[in-house]
Amino acid sequence: MDRNKPERPSQDPALLRRLLRAKDRMDQASEEEWPVERLASVSGVSEAHFARSFKDAFGIPPHRYLLTRRIEKATALLRDTDLPITQVAFMTGWSSLGTFGRIFRDITGKAPGEFRTNDQAAAHELELVPHCFVSAARRPDLKIAVSEKRRRDSADNGDGPNQTEVP
Amino acid sequence: MTEGVGVAGVYVRDQDEALEFYVGKLGFKLHTDARNGDYRWLTVQHPNQESFQLGLFRPQAPLVDESTAQGLNEAVAKGAMPPLVLVVDDCKAAYQQMTGRGVEFTQEPIERFGSVDASFRDPSGNGWKMIQAR
Repeated sequence: MDRNKPERPSQDPALLRRLLRAKDRMDQASEEEWPVERLASVSGVSEAHFARSFKDAFGIPPHRYLLTRRIEKATALLRDTDLPITQVAFMTGWSSLGTFGRIFRDITGKAPGEFRTNDQAAAHELELVPHCFVSAARRPDLKIAVSEKRRRDSADNGDGPNQTEVP
Repeated sequence: MTEGVGVAGVYVRDQDEALEFYVGKLGFKLHTDARNGDYRWLTVQHPNQESFQLGLFRPQAPLVDESTAQGLNEAVAKGAMPPLVLVVDDCKAAYQQMTGRGVEFTQEPIERFGSVDASFRDPSGNGWKMIQAR
């Protein structure tokens, strides 16, 4: 038993079902803007309670969840298409190429161009698995804030390029 | 053929609501509706699959205790239950028809990998992928 793990509060299933609707909507259109008021209104929850309820339900704040979905979509586009990186950035919801590149690297550990070269070269045998399950399985697992990840990486590293990411 | 999977079930928050959904909106048929006190064994069947029943079960006593039931109801409502796949001949036509009946789609039909797929949820939160037969 992990005593440091905070216990999740029990939540009303009816509320969870409505929070799931907000999560589904972000999945459906992660390239769109999802300010808290928009998400809260999808869920029929007050803005003040939305972010906390969402995190209690899904273990990750809504904004960070959105980032993982955008990066997931970007990795798929980089792998499966030859679209220019600028266009991949715009298609997945970033208005600045610089921000996209930085967050992409923070989350996946690689620059978008590098990711494309490596991932397209690797052989994939996932054609038989329905697409959404493949993409869910490949979703970046973002347990900490991007800024925190960046901070830790720069604190831990400093030596050579052969770093392995510790989960 | 007599061997194979006979029943597999999903947990639902309300069996009447689930029956209305699977029969009224998806076009399944009622197979068995048997009650014993509070317990209700409820299964439906796809019209083309005589040998398979989909169970619509409520997490409840005496099968699970109350706090486990609560946990399961939460998991269903969070969309955390295992994937379900419905195969159709024409995904876009099925989407139109089901949308007209008020089914909550979470992904419109997309053509990819030589097929077309869409996603929807039942009222409880169980997620279905709807894939066009190749």
